[in-house]
Amino acid sequence: MKHFIFACFFGLTAAIAQADLKIFATVPEWGALAQEIGGSKVKVYTATTAFQDPHRIEAKPSLLAQARQANLLIAAGADLEVGWLPLVLRDSGNSAIQTGQRGYFEAANYVNRLDVPTTLDRAHGDVHAAGNPHTHLDPRNVLKVGEALTARMAELDVANAAAYQAGYQAFAGKWQTAMARWQKEATPLKGVPVLVHHASFVYLLNWLGMKEVGSLEPKPGIEPTSGHLTGLLARQQTAPAKMVLRAAYQQEGPSQWMAGKTGMPAVLLPYTVGGTAEARDLFGLFDDTVQRLLKGAR
Amino acid sequence: MQKSFAMAALLAASCGVQAASDADLAAIRAQIDDMKKTYEQRIASLEKKLAEAEVQAKSAKPAAEVKAAPAIVAAAPAATASARANGFNPEVSLILQGQYKNMKDVAERGITGFVPAGGHDEHAAGTVEGINKRGFSVNHTELILGASIDPYWRGQAILALADGEVEVEEAWFQSLAIGHGVGLKGGRVRSGIGYLNEQHPHMWDFADAPLMYRAMFGEHASYAQDGLQFKWLAPTPVFLEFGAEVGRGANFPGTDRNKNGAGAGAIFAHIGGDVGHSNAWRAGVSYLKTKASDREAEIEDTSGKHALGKFTGDSATWLADFVWKWAPNGNPKYQSFKFQTEYFQRREKGDLTCSDDEGVGNACDPGASGSSVTSTYKTRQSGWYAQGVFKFTPEWRAGVRYEQLDSGTRDFGLNANTLVVDSYRPKKASVMVDYSWSEFSRLRLQLAQDKSMQGITDHQLTLQYVMSLGAHGAHKF
Repeated sequence: MKHFIFACFFGLTAAIAQADLKIFATVPEWGALAQEIGGSKVKVYTATTAFQDPHRIEAKPSLLAQARQANLLIAAGADLEVGWLPLVLRDSGNSAIQTGQRGYFEAANYVNRLDVPTTLDRAHGDVHAAGNPHTHLDPRNVLKVGEALTARMAELDVANAAAYQAGYQAFAGKWQTAMARWQKEATPLKGVPVLVHHASFVYLLNWLGMKEVGSLEPKPGIEPTSGHLTGLLARQQTAPAKMVLRAAYQQEGPSQWMAGKTGMPAVLLPYTVGGTAEARDLFGLFDDTVQRLLKGAR
Repeated sequence: MQKSFAMAALLAASCGVQAASDADLAAIRAQIDDMKKTYEQRIASLEKKLAEAEVQAKSAKPAAEVKAAPAIVAAAPAATASARANGFNPEVSLILQGQYKNMKDVAERGITGFVPAGGHDEHAAGTVEGINKRGFSVNHTELILGASIDPYWRGQAILALADGEVEVEEAWFQSLAIGHGVGLKGGRVRSGIGYLNEQHPHMWDFADAPLMYRAMFGEHASYAQDGLQFKWLAPTPVFLEFGAEVGRGANFPGTDRNKNGAGAGAIFAHIGGDVGHSNAWRAGVSYLKTKASDREAEIEDTSGKHALGKFTGDSATWLADFVWKWAPNGNPKYQSFKFQTEYFQRREKGDLTCSDDEGVGNACDPGASGSSVTSTYKTRQSGWYAQGVFKFTPEWRAGVRYEQLDSGTRDFGLNANTLVVDSYRPKKASVMVDYSWSEFSRLRLQLAQDKSMQGITDHQLTLQYVMSLGAHGAHKF
């Protein structure tokens, strides 16, 4: 039977056996993680950059062309890419990476998701049924996803399985050390109340024990309005925030306005790999994030 | 050609059956994983909730604790068996669309120099199609249902609900498991020709379709047929896609026929890619061939009297399309620009029979009452439109569209002596501005100067809303 399947999909399977694992990552963080694990054995294509809102990408022709050739597709999941990825998958003509196949990997499935809504109603904005999808900003999640991803890569590319395991072990070792360092450095951040532009930092704040006291968006996915910002300003009296956070892909206007009115710093966080010059890789991402938060809290 | 489709379908199906047991195992594994994850998640959320409750209990400022985001509570306990069964229900979305329209009262709206696609009956009944209604009106309400059928197929239906009728706009299955870049669709499918053809009205950037699409396909402004679509995406870094379709071909410019075999066929090719991070583009060429037999249309004889024309012959349409999208850093959330243009040329060749169906004594009835004139009929017509839409804030967009058609050469043979052969270049210019509260709601104001009918300059104002409920649909490029 195996032979028959091979005969059916001979082109693809042959490609898997001989060439490198071709990986299509929807977002930079998981592309970077796959690169850490796979090293020279993988070819990673990242569909978006840190300056693009991953909710609002379109099913561009270039994405279809890349998805067509991928052996493994890594998505953030939890509906983050719901506006474009389903179309890319269906129109790619690539059976290996369809939902439910081994070539389809959703990072959000391997972590404990936060903000899972009890009621699904768009009156609450663009809520995600499966919970907040920005899971990577808790470094413990990166490790969990890395472990599952390594297993998946090893399964798809048996010839290089040992190399992937070794790649992951090396990465995990360095990551544990770095995580201890970040946690130590970030001690002063514990309990610090912050405002956020969008609910992009739920996992980061949860990890560092910081407190989100409000978001500039009145509802997820709806741009800040002057009325809502004024309301936040009034709340600053009773529940003062120490800084206002935004991701590299979010516009600076609203957080600058807030900063100007209250005197608290508006902090730009890289959000993902490539978001700032310092966030060259996953380590740089967290180094820079912690440093920027510390600077803001000072 | 049909044989090769059948082969592809068979191949896909047989691969499916053989792979089933492996897939089953994987599915069971995934289910167990899922269950594990769900429980872990619930415990984690409960822990978090508990911690929060403790914090809340300690702090004596309850007012400050009100959160803007939806409350964090345990994962929906998904308890009941029926809820789990409902989990398999298709994704459902519903599109609400309606408008207020101010325009001239024109008895027989059409496009001068082009055969009205509505056919004979529609005109006789004095129907005013949605887009041509004056004052307040609700367009048809679109219901979209879609889901994976099994690991090998996906299905989708788009139903248009209007007073007293439900129209099946699209209803198809799509292959997921063939691989090699092959995509197979079967059922009632909107053709892949052109750029706008696959897009339903709620995705349009203007309140109405370009004249070109109305001239080509009538009020639906899209060509759909019952049949098969085969697509192949080339394994190249540049997007390169080829497609072919065969089908019943019942819609204008063809007609329904009681025959075996295919009534229409189409082929198309698309190429596209990115330029830097900020630009993306797609270009395409398409060809559609349909057959008509006794295709009815309202026409006028030289003295302006009503006559009925019946066309039997072939209709061949060429289309070229080009789309360019720009957004700073490729992030269209805050600002973007979209340029879109299409061109078509249609040749029709066959016979036109002109008759006096209403007994008004027109020139088509020269001899004894009930006779008719049949002669050769040959036309070559063309048209184009170009539009640009600029999004300058997350909520606001503005756009301009200009379009022009050319009634071209119309050789009516002998009938040229009896019938009016209009020669005209219909034109239309539109501007629009729209506001979106979120991805799901939009209000649009459009002003247009419509010169699609000779001798009439119609200034039109449209205020339109488009709302989508339910599952978050994914939109085409």
